[in-house]
Amino acid sequence: MSTTTAQDVSRRDFLYIATGTVGAVGTALALWPFIDQMNPDASVLALASTEFDLAPLQEGQGVTIKWRGKPVFIRHRTEEEIKKAKETPLAELKDPIARNANLPPDAPATDENRVKDGTGKVNEKYLVQIGICTHLGCVPLGDAGDYQGWFCPCHGSHYDEAGRIRKGPAPRNLDIPPYKYISDTKIVIG
Amino acid sequence: MSGHASYEFKNPVVRWIEERLPIFSTIRAQAVDFPTPRNLNYWWTFGGIAATMLVVQILTGIVLVMHYTPHVSMAFDSVEHIMRDVNYGWLLRWLHANGASFFFIAVYIHIFRGLYYGSYKAPREVLWMIGVLIFIAMMATAFMGYVLPWGQMSYWGAVVITNLFSAFPIIGETIVQWLWGGFSVGNPTLQRFFSLHYLLPFVLAALVFLHIWALHVVGNNNPDGIDVKSEEDTLPFHPYYTMKDLYAILVFFLVYLGFVFYSPWYLGHSINFAPANPLSTPAHIVPEWYFLPQYAMLRAIPDKLGGVLVMFSSLIILLFLPWLDTSKVRSNRYRPLGKIFFWLFVITCLTLGIAGSQPAEGAWLTVARIATAFYFAYFLVILPLLGKIERPKPMPASITEAVLSRH
Ligand code: HEM
Ligand code: FES
Repeated sequence: MSTTTAQDVSRRDFLYIATGTVGAVGTALALWPFIDQMNPDASVLALASTEFDLAPLQEGQGVTIKWRGKPVFIRHRTEEEIKKAKETPLAELKDPIARNANLPPDAPATDENRVKDGTGKVNEKYLVQIGICTHLGCVPLGDAGDYQGWFCPCHGSHYDEAGRIRKGPAPRNLDIPPYKYISDTKIVIG
Repeated sequence: MSGHASYEFKNPVVRWIEERLPIFSTIRAQAVDFPTPRNLNYWWTFGGIAATMLVVQILTGIVLVMHYTPHVSMAFDSVEHIMRDVNYGWLLRWLHANGASFFFIAVYIHIFRGLYYGSYKAPREVLWMIGVLIFIAMMATAFMGYVLPWGQMSYWGAVVITNLFSAFPIIGETIVQWLWGGFSVGNPTLQRFFSLHYLLPFVLAALVFLHIWALHVVGNNNPDGIDVKSEEDTLPFHPYYTMKDLYAILVFFLVYLGFVFYSPWYLGHSINFAPANPLSTPAHIVPEWYFLPQYAMLRAIPDKLGGVLVMFSSLIILLFLPWLDTSKVRSNRYRPLGKIFFWLFVITCLTLGIAGSQPAEGAWLTVARIATAFYFAYFLVILPLLGKIERPKPMPASITEAVLSRH
């Protein structure tokens, strides 16, 4: 008799544990749609690329356009700005990485690497970058700061002529979005 | 409370319901006859004031939703529509916007009351911890509410605060995009904030219920911090404290309504009257006054992740306070050193508030750093040590003795 009881008990234990497990795993799986619905949806992902004509931009002029709801700075740099940016030794940079989505993640932050597009083309004149401070996301002001580049008023970050962080709390250089030249004066971002 | 008082109700309908759901006896026992220490001072009225403000926020919020539109292209205009077209819309909006500020004033005073009189000590640890959760949930609610009018400060406040999560290594970026529902703060962000801003106050109401439940299990602390020993030490809650609370609520409302009617935007930022512009950040972004101390701590740390961790720790550390304070004496009335450090702590918090409103550079940055260090030292060094070295003053034998010796 006692063996039968023991068998019954282990059979019941198994059923209890199995039921409980299915319930718990099922609940955990059902949670995922509730979490994932908050991620960027299909319509947001669809708005992913923008064309821009560089020709009307004068030397020393910059514009801000919108891509994926974010500001993108496009600047036609002056000779002097280019020269200064190229002369800056890498050792002086707070962030030595290019932060260019078109390059490998460890590419160094040379001026050349900051203006390289997705096909490897380099056009020193035009700097294309996401206009979002890498600290907490404010939009920096152009033609400002201690390095003739950008200055973020929120908590005082200074970026240089190539959008590289030089001073202040921001940890990284301004990000360069994925873009490529589709003609000599036209780019497509995204 | 000890023992279930059994009540006899004469009204047959009341009796019939009571036998099936003992709600009338519960109300009598908990809200009318509830034995309350006889020596509570006006600092004890801020709990009731805070609860009243929660009710005000829920009522004004529900009617604002009848006219508000949570969409980036219409949110700002719908708030202006409330201000200009809706009957008494201006009043409802100012009651709600200033109500948030006065809710925080009441809760901050309520928290400091607890700190001064040692209300977090055994057996009130759970009561205190639920209070800390209420405080955190309130901060989340107010932050999301402030985004709804979709002005410049709404937008950029949302950008900076959500970006705090990008400080976490590896997963930071994924978390932030998940919070936004996009690649920047946009319509999906506004809509989810609206949904949660409607939900959280009811979560708060549930937490307040648990808070009061825990209070009614262990009973009130009191200004002398000694336990109730006999019935002589107490008074029934009604009418003694219902009336005292009501009087305090009325005086509090005098000040609150003074702001609503005469200076409704004194506590706000005029830049929020400009619609949100994702392409241009205002020169000086500051959170609402009630977040300034935390904001100062965030900026005091030169490292991004470090700043975020310090800011969140400043709240989480409150959960551990019951075990960090080693003194057996609750009330600072009987703690000569505890009293001094308490007031230094108050000054520290006010200083952090001022530093948070200034640009984070120069002397203010140094001040914020020293104050942040003291904030944490108070919990981690001073309170643990003080209990070991301090010699408390002699305590009265009972609440009644304490009261009578003062009169
Ligand atoms: C814990 C309670 C609450 C707090 C602390 C709070 C806080 C806030 C704050 C700070 C604002 C921005 C006010 C402004 O600048 O105009 C706001 C706006 C708003 N809240 Fe709340 N709120 C609470 C409860 C509620 C509830 C329960 C609802 C709805 C049922 C609600 C609906 C709204 C709406 C529609 C707005 C946008 C209109 C406006 O800006 O005045 N709130 N809330
Ligand atoms: S967001 Fe630019 S410095 Fe903080």
